[in-house]
Amino acid sequence: MITLALYFGYAAISMSMLLCLYRVVVGPDLPDRIMALDTLYINGIGFLVLVGISLDDTVYFESALLIAMMGFVGTVAWCKHIIRGTIID
Amino acid sequence: MIIETILSLAIVVGASFALIGSIGLVRLGDVYSRLHGPTKSTTLGIGGLLLASVLHFSTGGQLSLREILVTGFLFLTAPVSAHMLAKAALHLGVPTVTRAPSAEDQDAFPETVAVARRPVSSTDASDRP
Repeated sequence: MITLALYFGYAAISMSMLLCLYRVVVGPDLPDRIMALDTLYINGIGFLVLVGISLDDTVYFESALLIAMMGFVGTVAWCKHIIRGTIID
Repeated sequence: MIIETILSLAIVVGASFALIGSIGLVRLGDVYSRLHGPTKSTTLGIGGLLLASVLHFSTGGQLSLREILVTGFLFLTAPVSAHMLAKAALHLGVPTVTRAPSAEDQDAFPETVAVARRPVSSTDASDRP
């Protein structure tokens, strides 16, 4: 039953990553693209969690934590660049 | 068996919430409504997946709590990034999708018609700060 649930999870996460990629490509404005990249890395964290469950390996959570921190810093840096023109002031 | 059922349910619910959030990201009308989908549903979906992970890695005997760290970090940072995105969109002046109230709306809620018409009649988009 876990195998079936993992298959469903892989399919759903991959589909949502494709939808986020669609929004990155056709998003009409810059905040759309930043938001889609934000959702894309969050879906990537979910995908890594699923890989960690199916391979029974805990090393993937370190990379999930790193992706969470770096993705948040990237989103905030993009927004600061839009609002202020500089990132560190 | 019970643990396995709960784990599968958490995986299915989490992945479904992630998919629903991304569908909302594609389907909704403008930037400000598109903020709704990812910032709520995707963090809830990741919460479900990480709950499944906690259950899976806690069956060996010792409690595995490193996933709570990722969940707490995402729950702390999602509102902050959504706020920054909304401020950036307002700063760029991204247009909204406005809809004039239909006749049925005006009949059902007559007190809201004056409020809904005010931006169209009195203000111009160019005098905003």
